[in-house]
Amino acid sequence: MDAKERIARRVALEVKPNTLVNLGIGMPTMVANFLPADVHVFFQSENGVVGMGARPPEGFEDPNLTDAGGGFVSAVPGAASIDSAMSFGLIRGGHLDMTVLGGLQVDEQGRLANWMVPGKMVPGMGGAMDLVSGAKRVIVAMAHTAKGKPKIVPECTLPLTSLRRVSLVVTELAVIEPTDNGLVLREKAEGVTTDEIVAATTAKLIITDDVAEMTLAA
Amino acid sequence: MKTPTRMAEAVDLIPDGASLLFGGFMGVGSPHRLFAALAQAGKKNLTIIGNDGALPDHGVGKLITAGAVSRAIVSHIGLNPELQQKMIAGEIEVELVPQGTLAERIRAGGFGLGGVLTATGLGTPVEDGKQTVEVDGKTFLLEKPIRADFALVHAQYADYVGNLQYSLTAHNFNPVIAMAADCVIVEAHEIVPVGVIPPDNVKTPGILVDHILERAA
Repeated sequence: MDAKERIARRVALEVKPNTLVNLGIGMPTMVANFLPADVHVFFQSENGVVGMGARPPEGFEDPNLTDAGGGFVSAVPGAASIDSAMSFGLIRGGHLDMTVLGGLQVDEQGRLANWMVPGKMVPGMGGAMDLVSGAKRVIVAMAHTAKGKPKIVPECTLPLTSLRRVSLVVTELAVIEPTDNGLVLREKAEGVTTDEIVAATTAKLIITDDVAEMTLAA
Repeated sequence: MKTPTRMAEAVDLIPDGASLLFGGFMGVGSPHRLFAALAQAGKKNLTIIGNDGALPDHGVGKLITAGAVSRAIVSHIGLNPELQQKMIAGEIEVELVPQGTLAERIRAGGFGLGGVLTATGLGTPVEDGKQTVEVDGKTFLLEKPIRADFALVHAQYADYVGNLQYSLTAHNFNPVIAMAADCVIVEAHEIVPVGVIPPDNVKTPGILVDHILERAA
């Protein structure tokens, strides 16, 4: 199992039945592949659908039905199409139960930076700032380090996505929960030691005696 | 009843320097024929306001590739490297706006509101130069309304009154921008007789629409 799959399988356990969930483009999208069969949720795609389904087989694509990355998707029975104002009303208005996004940095205050690297990458924030500011739960799904460089840092050096503290950070090494007191190490992946996690993290981690082993969705 | 407008007439309506709200999300739900005609007409100095920069030479990217755009107010330019290059070269001034804030600023413009209070953007570069407002102990950013000279709308169906019905994720910004421009031009996938779109399915009432483009030749 590669790092991305491990992260997606762990995040899948955070998805609660009968909720509205928004998965970011890229690795977060993989989470949908690992939901238990009895967990029914509606996936929102912020470009305008509640009840997004998998990419249809070739020849069955609808040019008017895509995800936020422009890829073809389907609509599940019970789906609804909405415009951008309503879509972001769902996000900002407290109707979106959970969003899963990638990250460039998370800091000790649980703040996320994930939309630009000044001078290098300026794609625009798209819906990320609204999602992080508005969703009931914000899960960051990201590699623990980037080319060996820690991404969980004392203070974000990249421009923030939101002041809002994220709910949970899931990496291939650990599950970390930002709290009032700081970043708490909740789980470590199978075969990974606390020392290895600390070595790959420049932010201060609160480590208790009962750090669990990371469980994964089947 | 409206008589469909010829593409050449619609192109003539839009002067150099005009501001254009446009529908589309990565080109899905965009008025593609109109973009192509405007690009071909050699328009200059346009301000484009919409979700994203689409792709090079696709969707609103056709106007960018053709050098017709001097200013863009969008939430995402990541899939259009040409727009990024023109931004870095100083040929196009780009204002990046969070997607939900952009929708709501345009909605405010079209709904006669003085602005939007949102927590989105607080503590980020989006806050720079903007006023914050405290309401019941919570801090919000004041985001100003947006209107434009023209709205370039794509709809699935238009009838001859101008009533519009949209399809799936091709709604996106279209119903919002149809409220917020001095002149609303619609490119419909199909023009249908009055009555074919039942009132319950009309998302944009025809009274908002100034021009329905003639069907493709």
